Amino acid sequence: MTAPRGTDAPPDAPPPGVRVPKRRGVELVLLLGAVLISVCGYAEVGLAHDGAVPPDAARYGAGLGLLALLAHLAVRFRAPYADPLLLPIALLLNGLGLVLIYRLDLETPRDQAATTQLVWSTLGVALFIVVVVLLRDHRALRGYAYVSVAAALALMILPIFFPAVNGARIWIRIGGLSFQPGEFAKILLAVFFAAYLSANLSALAYAGRRIWRFQFPTWRVLGPIVAIWLLSVGVLVLERDLGTSLLFFGLFVIMLYVATGRTGWIAIGLLLAAAGAFLIGSVEPHVHSRVEDWLDPYASIRAGDGPGQLAQSLFAFAAGGMLGAGLGMGHSVLIGFAAKSDFILATAGEELGLVGLTALFLLYALFVARGYRAGLSLRDPFGRLLAVGLASIVALQVFVIAGGVMGLIPLTGMAMPFLAQGGSSVVTNWVIVALLVRVSDSARAPQPEASDTGEPARVEAGR
Amino acid sequence: MIRYIRRAAALCLLLLVALLVNAARVMLVEAGELDANPANRRTAIARWSEPRGDVVVDGKPVTGSRDSGQQLRWERTYRRGPLYAPVTGYASQTYGTTMIEHAEDPLLSGADPMLAPLPLWNDLTRGRSPGGDVVTTIRAPMQEAAYRGLDGKRGAVVALEPSSGRILTLVSSPSYEPGVLSGTGPDVKDAWTRLTTSPNQPMLNRALRQTYPPGSTFKIVTAAAALDAGVVRDVDAPTDTPDPFVLPGTRQVLPNAARGCEDASLAYALQWSCNTVMAGLGVDVGLEVMAETAERFGFDDTTLRVPSWVARSNFDHDMSPDQLALSSIGQFNTTATPLQMAMVAAAVANTGEIARPYLVDRTTTSGGTTVDRTPRRSHRQAMSPSTALQLQRLMVKAVEEGTGANAAIPGARVGGKTGTAQHGLGNTGTPYAWFIAWAQAEDSGRPAVAVAVVVEDAEASRTDISGGGSAAPIARDVMREALRLEAESRGAPGPRGGPAATASPPVPAVPRGAPGTRPSAAPAPAASRGAPAVPRGAPGGRERTRAED
Repeated sequence: MTAPRGTDAPPDAPPPGVRVPKRRGVELVLLLGAVLISVCGYAEVGLAHDGAVPPDAARYGAGLGLLALLAHLAVRFRAPYADPLLLPIALLLNGLGLVLIYRLDLETPRDQAATTQLVWSTLGVALFIVVVVLLRDHRALRGYAYVSVAAALALMILPIFFPAVNGARIWIRIGGLSFQPGEFAKILLAVFFAAYLSANLSALAYAGRRIWRFQFPTWRVLGPIVAIWLLSVGVLVLERDLGTSLLFFGLFVIMLYVATGRTGWIAIGLLLAAAGAFLIGSVEPHVHSRVEDWLDPYASIRAGDGPGQLAQSLFAFAAGGMLGAGLGMGHSVLIGFAAKSDFILATAGEELGLVGLTALFLLYALFVARGYRAGLSLRDPFGRLLAVGLASIVALQVFVIAGGVMGLIPLTGMAMPFLAQGGSSVVTNWVIVALLVRVSDSARAPQPEASDTGEPARVEAGR
Repeated sequence: MIRYIRRAAALCLLLLVALLVNAARVMLVEAGELDANPANRRTAIARWSEPRGDVVVDGKPVTGSRDSGQQLRWERTYRRGPLYAPVTGYASQTYGTTMIEHAEDPLLSGADPMLAPLPLWNDLTRGRSPGGDVVTTIRAPMQEAAYRGLDGKRGAVVALEPSSGRILTLVSSPSYEPGVLSGTGPDVKDAWTRLTTSPNQPMLNRALRQTYPPGSTFKIVTAAAALDAGVVRDVDAPTDTPDPFVLPGTRQVLPNAARGCEDASLAYALQWSCNTVMAGLGVDVGLEVMAETAERFGFDDTTLRVPSWVARSNFDHDMSPDQLALSSIGQFNTTATPLQMAMVAAAVANTGEIARPYLVDRTTTSGGTTVDRTPRRSHRQAMSPSTALQLQRLMVKAVEEGTGANAAIPGARVGGKTGTAQHGLGNTGTPYAWFIAWAQAEDSGRPAVAVAVVVEDAEASRTDISGGGSAAPIARDVMREALRLEAESRGAPGPRGGPAATASPPVPAVPRGAPGTRPSAAPAPAASRGAPAVPRGAPGGRERTRAED
């Protein structure tokens, strides 16, 4: 854990003059594998359900392959040193998500979601390409900190003026399209946190008063960040989107810790979170019922009302067992409402079993690990904080929703990254991938190339 | 900062481990419990995901399955449901299963491991075998004759093959259409309410599960006890019984419906159904021997399964002499199921031995391979062979020139016993008409059929009700069909020895059902599951043609 030579020199930073492998070929092969696995899954669903490969399996594969190829070309030409795992993992998860949604569509003929999801995925990959192509250096984002935070707040406040859907005011409906602006706000908030914290590193870490054993920064530094955090969480509580609220809180705490290294803050943050969760859990009826469900998922069965969503979800996971029922052979559709979005993981669990579920979790873990690795390799604090923040968003989101549908923590509505139905979520996640690709490219690129970006290589002060 | 990033990464790893451990808890440790939760529909979905196996009568399935397109996909259908309802029972997605549908459920639903091609095969593949078929011993023409005979009146008919114990007829009336209970939804609930609240109790299987006072038909048991115990040595010798007969220890006089019963012989008493003689003999035999004999006939047995469970027929073990006297003529607390009384007739017909009654001839896989076959088993030795032969003679006389004249069949030896059972508070209920009988073709070595008929007949006027009047004609029609079927099958083996010499059951076992179908009935493919039925019917068709030649 101790940094070599007593400094924070990145372990992966190549010594100058050594040629760094770009690994684009590896990425291409992995992308091919991801497309093949998705197409196989698609065909397997058709075989299990109708005894025939779906007629458009080839088209589906070609479409996914084309998306992969375009994304790969963008990376090859604009971010040649990027981490070769990020894009294939994202594409594989997205492809599997499409397979699972298509599989559930077969059980719900009146509610078709796969095509829409494919359109959103295409949009997401397009946005990925746009970001990779246009954003030449992640440090450019540093200048947009306050624009980001203003936009994030605006996006979060906007849905209050739209009617509530399923008890939560998090949707904007324009025409036939619905969009969840809060999803996109999390990237903007991560950018803001990273920019603000990196700009005020020393002030946060070393200035301020000392209360008991904890050193607090001055209010002038801490004030804005706490205010914005409180505001965002407050808005979310008003909108009853507690999953995202939890995510923001976790993101804030992790980034603050990484920036300052103050363990005491984590403790205080967790205490605050626990108190807040307890308060909301006992006061707010919507959340209260979720907590009750979590404590006893089978209460509704004993009451004679049949199994609730969480019980159905647990039944689905249990039915999967070690090896799963097989794609297309499960009955996770019994979960009913939100089977394709919040509860998509139950379908994966029932049909792919513990083995498949573990593979999924490990894919996420690998993705997050590559994000952290990019953070470790970078030299600039903004890039580090941004990489860690973006990777943490994915990690926390997976934990909150997977833990929720499996009875580990109270269930809060949230989309499983890449897998779940939901356009805004998919698009947002592709932007996260794009940013991580960009950041990892900066991390691995040899120094002379970095100076080619048009911006002079910065010498970090105060390190 | 690097150190803090590493620690944050460690936190993420911790979250991953928590997720994996929790996943293992839900999916492995608690999985069995969750799978078995009654609110988990997966068990029901798997159970109804494939067509159920069929119940086969005379080579033709009387059940089927219908693709409902619902979550519980295949629903049960029945061909001539009310006729066979006492045999099949129902298989409902809402209310469970009864009768054969219940007793053979693992086989019919495909869960029986015997159906798998290899041991543990289904456990390995997580699959389910297609449901197997249950081939019954019921003969359709007899079943129809009995159902026609009861004509919607409350009652039941059971016919057995005395030598083997095969149940050839099992009719309960009024019946119901089991198909209306198959599915789910409000219609099924309504039908259930209608059937369970109907005063006629159509879902009651009167043949197996309803006990009636057997009345005078029980006199066969009393006579067997008297002969076996040596109380009567000569059936034609007069007994010392007064008429009117005062029940021992009371002042109550036992009435006789027949005349000439004073000091009448056992033969006369059975022929004309003298209450006084039989009550007196019962008292003479004594409680212990009477109860023992009744048990040997199958009374007080709670363990009989055919494979559906059978209600216990009762003969009290602790009675005063007057109660014993009444019990000996099938009154007081003596009750019997129609199956029990058919076993009484079968015991006489089969020289004292009762073969264990059974309804399922064999079970097969959906492809027709035999999974299991019910063997003939001896159930009880009810009386000595010589007693049985004497009773045969007396029962024949009761039909030839006695109370059972309505059951006579030209060209056959028929023995029978009528019964008219009082019941209700102070015997005010409408009496039950009973008739038990057996029949033997003149050219056959042994009786082909034993039958018991009970008619509750609430609607007829009281004077019309009697075993001879209401029940005997039904028994005659059923026995006539049985004799016809037996003659047909005896014709088939041809030169292989005389009928008396062959020990084979009257129905050849291999091409099931086909030789028994009416000559006009072509072996039609099964209504809903044609595949298994065709190979079963096809060789039978050839067999029959040869038999007719």
